[in-house]
Amino acid sequence: MTNQPVWRPTASRENLKSRAQQLAFVRGFFAEREVLEVETPLLGRHGVTDVNLEGIAAQVEVAGVCGGWLQTSPEYHMKRLLAAGFGSIFQVARVFRNGERGRRHNPEFSMLEWYRVGLDDTALMAEVADLVCGWLDCERPDVLTYRDALRVIAGFDPMTISDHDLYQYCEQWLEPEQLAGMSRDDCLDLVMSFRVEPELGQKRPVFITRYPASQAALARVSSDDGYPVAHRFELYIKGIELCNGYWELTDPAEQRERFIADNRQRRASGKPEMMVDQAFLAGLDAGLPECSGVALGLDRLLMLKTGAASIEEVLAFPIERA
Amino acid sequence: MASYSTNEFRSGLKVLLDGDPCIILENEFVKPGKGQAFNRVRLRNLMSNRVWERTFKSGETLEAADVMDQDMEYLYTDGEFWHFMLTDGSFEQYPADAKAVGDAVKWLKEQDVYTVTLYNGAPLSVTPPNFVELEVVDTDPGMKGDTAQGGSKPATLSTGAVVNVPLFIVIGEVLKVDTRSGEYVNRVKSS
Repeated sequence: MTNQPVWRPTASRENLKSRAQQLAFVRGFFAEREVLEVETPLLGRHGVTDVNLEGIAAQVEVAGVCGGWLQTSPEYHMKRLLAAGFGSIFQVARVFRNGERGRRHNPEFSMLEWYRVGLDDTALMAEVADLVCGWLDCERPDVLTYRDALRVIAGFDPMTISDHDLYQYCEQWLEPEQLAGMSRDDCLDLVMSFRVEPELGQKRPVFITRYPASQAALARVSSDDGYPVAHRFELYIKGIELCNGYWELTDPAEQRERFIADNRQRRASGKPEMMVDQAFLAGLDAGLPECSGVALGLDRLLMLKTGAASIEEVLAFPIERA
Repeated sequence: MASYSTNEFRSGLKVLLDGDPCIILENEFVKPGKGQAFNRVRLRNLMSNRVWERTFKSGETLEAADVMDQDMEYLYTDGEFWHFMLTDGSFEQYPADAKAVGDAVKWLKEQDVYTVTLYNGAPLSVTPPNFVELEVVDTDPGMKGDTAQGGSKPATLSTGAVVNVPLFIVIGEVLKVDTRSGEYVNRVKSS
């Protein structure tokens, strides 16, 4: 990350060719399954309330619209298409997240997002496996619950561990004063990132399922042994988090509650509150069909395909050179 | 004092950690898609030279360390301090103690230019150039013509450093030495 301007691309021609082939593969995959390709705005009027997602504000001034946000995901717009009865849809979109740069992150990246009307999370996981294994030519994924992943790899039960024991466990990475402001889920994220993730999908791909309900985001919730869990799944290959999927929440009242809770948490951690996207909520009010949806990082999929150790090997120009 | 937030972290940045100046060697950004972001950072403590690994939550800050590298000419030693002078024409002098000079002491030649790292305006460390040229003040008599056969012998240089040299090297010759490995490179000239 130098201040000297460098004009050359960071990706090889070979890797960019592989990127083009990947895109053709994805389009062929969905054409065969008669899932409609759509394009929705990258530049939207609203950002998202998620506490851990920072959007990039735009300065639109046109037709009475002021401000705006580069989208962190095409989710809300795509759900409005679902509410309008467009059926199963997919999109390859550039999305934007501030503050994210590392071996697997660039603030602008390519996301494949798709929604399947009438499918639940289990059926969608099978489709994710068809797509990913078809492209990477890998073994089909194992399935492991979040609870079991932590039990086996981190050695504790995330549903029952006391706050005290969890914070103590986290002291291998953070000082007590750093931990002081962290929620239970922040601590679990720390354990997931530093202890669990590196082990996931090393031998063969693995789906992690049934996240704690507190990490549900836009997924519906049910109960396992009396513990509320989210119908959310992620796919890991060689320690890389590849996608995040939900059996989608369709209840507008609960969605409103979660937006309010997000903003309450934002306020508590000193982050700016985000305006809630009323058009999205109006779409939910009109009725989102029963569906599942998933967002998959195409740059990371390409890293796995090409064996790249770092995301810049598959990007023509990462942010420092953009 | 300025401070840096985690999204300004990058290798080469000099920061204060636990009161000591440190340089960031590696900064790894880790974040689950929907979760809290962290930075895993490897730093070298410039006081102890020890490498530390620390984790920071996204948004945490570290104070900037007032650490600057300056080119300075070595002047002399009074036995307690080694005196250096800025080469920028200001003639400003800085005394460096034995801890700051460290291993560089065996490569210090008057009037040569060194990199002196200042912390809060005082010398923290001294780095010699990668190559220095020093005169041989003592070595066993040379063996004429023995240039092709390997073999080496110790030679003492004007600064007191001892390096292994080929057998043909004699007293009074000036040698180019790699300060990073302490190895002889070649003869510069015969006196």
